[in-house]
Amino acid sequence: MRYLPLSDTDRAEMLAVIGASDIDTLFADVPAAARLAAPVDLPAHAGEMAVERALGVLAARNRPAGAGPFFCGAGAYRHHVPASVDHLIQRSEFLTSYTPYQPEIAQGTLQSLFEFQTQVAVLTGLPTANASMYDGSTACAEAVMMAARVTRRRKAVLSGGLHPHYAEATRTFAHSAGVDVRRLAAAIDAEDAVVPAIDGQTACVVVQTPNVFGAVTDVTAIAAAAHAAGALLIVVTTEAISFGLLKSPGEMGADIAVAEGQSIGNGLNFGGPYVGLFACREALTRQAPGRLCGETVDAEGRRGFVLTLSTREQHIRRDKATSNICTNSGLCALAFTIHMTLLGGTGLAELARINHARARALRAALAAVSGVEVVTPRFFNEFTIRVPRPAADVVEALARRDIIAGVPVSRLDPGAGMDDLLLVCATEMTTREDIDDFAEALAVELAV
Amino acid sequence: MNAAGVIRPTRAEVSTAPRGGHPGGALMQDEPLIFELGGWDRTGIDFPGEPTGADMGASDLAGLTRAAPPVLPGLSEPETVRHYVRLSQKNHAIDLALYPLGSCTMKHNPRLNEKLARLPGFLDIHPLQPVSTVQGALALMDTLAHWLKTLAGMPAIALSPKAGAHGELCGLLAIRAAHEARGDGRKTVLVPTSAHGTNPATAALAGYAVVEIAQTADGHVDLTDLAGKLHPDVAAVMVTNPNTCGLFERDVIEIARLTHAAGAYFYCDGANFNAIVGRVRPGDLGIDAMHINLHKTFSTPHGGGGPGAGPVVLSAALAAFAPVPWIVHVGGRFDLIEQATGAAEAALGRMCAFHGQMGMYVRALAYMMSHGADGLRQVAEDAVLNANYVKARLAGSMTQPFPIGPCMHEALFDDRWLEGTGVTTLDFAKAMIDAGFHPMTMYFPLVVHGAMLIEPTETEPRRELDRFCDALLELAAAVRAGDVERFKGAPFSAPLRRLDETLAARRPRLRWTAE
Repeated sequence: MRYLPLSDTDRAEMLAVIGASDIDTLFADVPAAARLAAPVDLPAHAGEMAVERALGVLAARNRPAGAGPFFCGAGAYRHHVPASVDHLIQRSEFLTSYTPYQPEIAQGTLQSLFEFQTQVAVLTGLPTANASMYDGSTACAEAVMMAARVTRRRKAVLSGGLHPHYAEATRTFAHSAGVDVRRLAAAIDAEDAVVPAIDGQTACVVVQTPNVFGAVTDVTAIAAAAHAAGALLIVVTTEAISFGLLKSPGEMGADIAVAEGQSIGNGLNFGGPYVGLFACREALTRQAPGRLCGETVDAEGRRGFVLTLSTREQHIRRDKATSNICTNSGLCALAFTIHMTLLGGTGLAELARINHARARALRAALAAVSGVEVVTPRFFNEFTIRVPRPAADVVEALARRDIIAGVPVSRLDPGAGMDDLLLVCATEMTTREDIDDFAEALAVELAV
Repeated sequence: MNAAGVIRPTRAEVSTAPRGGHPGGALMQDEPLIFELGGWDRTGIDFPGEPTGADMGASDLAGLTRAAPPVLPGLSEPETVRHYVRLSQKNHAIDLALYPLGSCTMKHNPRLNEKLARLPGFLDIHPLQPVSTVQGALALMDTLAHWLKTLAGMPAIALSPKAGAHGELCGLLAIRAAHEARGDGRKTVLVPTSAHGTNPATAALAGYAVVEIAQTADGHVDLTDLAGKLHPDVAAVMVTNPNTCGLFERDVIEIARLTHAAGAYFYCDGANFNAIVGRVRPGDLGIDAMHINLHKTFSTPHGGGGPGAGPVVLSAALAAFAPVPWIVHVGGRFDLIEQATGAAEAALGRMCAFHGQMGMYVRALAYMMSHGADGLRQVAEDAVLNANYVKARLAGSMTQPFPIGPCMHEALFDDRWLEGTGVTTLDFAKAMIDAGFHPMTMYFPLVVHGAMLIEPTETEPRRELDRFCDALLELAAAVRAGDVERFKGAPFSAPLRRLDETLAARRPRLRWTAE
């Protein structure tokens, strides 16, 4: 078996060194009733070629985004990842190392985490960022739990513009911890309803911008209202490329910014693994969840990096920890950092402008289709249109024409009564031809 | 050097900075941070023929845009590649040598799995594109679920948790939902003193008070203590099996019986499933929920700290409470239930956006198919054999808290043999670095003084095990010979000497800033 180096001779000789008669002796503590006499009912081992063939067949039954016109966003975005990013993250020393508990022999991981934290802090406009979370949605849930700890209050207000999956994950985390989550009604301009929902018991307000319908909002006034009530403002961003063009959460008064970092350096991967970005005001750092990498010196005074402030964490604090999180999303964070290093601030700004320009081109093309109404007023790279039929049906019909038209709002939030709304997204990967094909096919479909 | 006494390499110093004469430093470069490499107004990405800033004049985002680009450096591709390759060379990795971190399971990561996860049909599909266009992805998830359920001997699974601790939370929330469905508001979870820190942290996050269960002198759950604490307020018992001392809980079936008799559920931390996969089915032990770390047992790469994946297998009693999404097979095609309504009405909610760690599912399934039912059983046997071999070879020189009988996949030592030598567990472990090995897990489990937990895994050849054991025996002899200096200052040959962790925590510096 190609991954198991021991030969039968090795095994026999090693058993002799151990002083065991056979391998079963080593499993003596397993109750007799639970010992399996034979392998379980699954196929026997397979060669590399056979595995490649079998999974290749499954891969071929999916329609990749790159195979034709493609307009899905809603929290996961198709962007170009430079070839060097994937090459570098496949270096053995990054791919096959553990969490950097032994800093003397993990400076590669630690220094890149320090660079990651700095990049995330700059992009979000906040002083401190952690070494990443599982994804944007769990970062959002952790931020709400953190706000409840910091304010010692038990109520969270979620904007109706927050991605429904984020709201559900947050509600799931918060329910058992006794934090009451109030999700406001879904609406394109849901942010307008947030300020009246804040009261003296509110621990935090969670607002997404651009929101799940694509609408961009300045949340400065919400920040002021939250702070006046003693609550924290958590700003969620699902499209990290937007940091290149839009005001940062910190600039608008966010206390905590969480984001999905997938857009930078990471593929779509059918939803995971992704990388959650988490940044906060300096005074809140010691209440933050997750790993933090910090600068220090070695015994000879040379700069080095270590995981720090670990007294917040589960392996030290156990049931008093700020979170149960143990791992972060290390390799995805590294991909983010490498891609961001290639881009630089000016490259990200340019990439963001290209995304916005593509989305405006898409708006112009779709707005010209009879029966289509663009309902998101101001957007970054995705927006919502109203179609005269259930959007899910339109998407299915266009999929049969090999156009992946976007995400029906009903798929995210079936109870919202928004069956005629369709979320569409354009990125730097979207070509003029893609846009024209989409508009033309939509016109034909809606004319039927 | 700045005021704080930190030597900050600058560009000019890169090739000349002294390495303190450390052996092993040849061809290794000190590497500045990207922020010290310049390129503030540059980018390493070309966008020819694209709209420029001037075209934004007509934008309707006035008042919403930032005044200037984010202040971050951009580097050309050659600079970027060189920077991160240089950094990579400062890391230890399983591809370089045995990585004996107990409880962490650092085994070989097959490259086939990396190749398959990058097929466009897996890498380049969107979680919300029509299910009719991702039937292969759903089939893969369904197949993975089948393998995991079969190996666990349990009827249901939640695939979506993104890591072990996330899986623990999922399992406990399923248990909580099951109690709540009966109107039972139990408030306590029992956790052994030897448990991973994530267990009590997760129980607390799930809203439970944590009560510890004692351990017997021979490293097992104390049944008497457990029975005494199993009052009607206990929602669940969380036990790691094999446990963190590297021992199989031989009374596990009795633990399950007592737990169920008290109306509680039995959660198993499956971090050590790799020791028993293919030989023991947790379902046969009476377990109700167990997370499976795909990055441990099924060898998805650790990646310097994630991403992991922590699917949770569930007993029939908990199946209905699994979080969405659910994959269902209807009329010859796969579908996704994404809302906790209708058929999934009892679902505990949602653990994360979308469907979980698809990239890890591909790798784990490729690993399982490669090994097959026969090979997975061999995995457990060789992992246990390798650990017992290390245990046997080191037993004469290092003390063990539980010397009687075999261990499972990891060998546990304590620091009694270091008493009076002036060398601590930490010193000994750091000296291992100079001998070419990553230290073992230290000071865990907490119940063993100065613990050293060694997990070689099944992918180590005997030659490497011998090299490792020889190195440790030589170090142990040096301890006995009183060569304390070799340990106190160790490591001497790593890219850096011991780091000042107290300073890092006292004066946190968590990002680069221009001075």
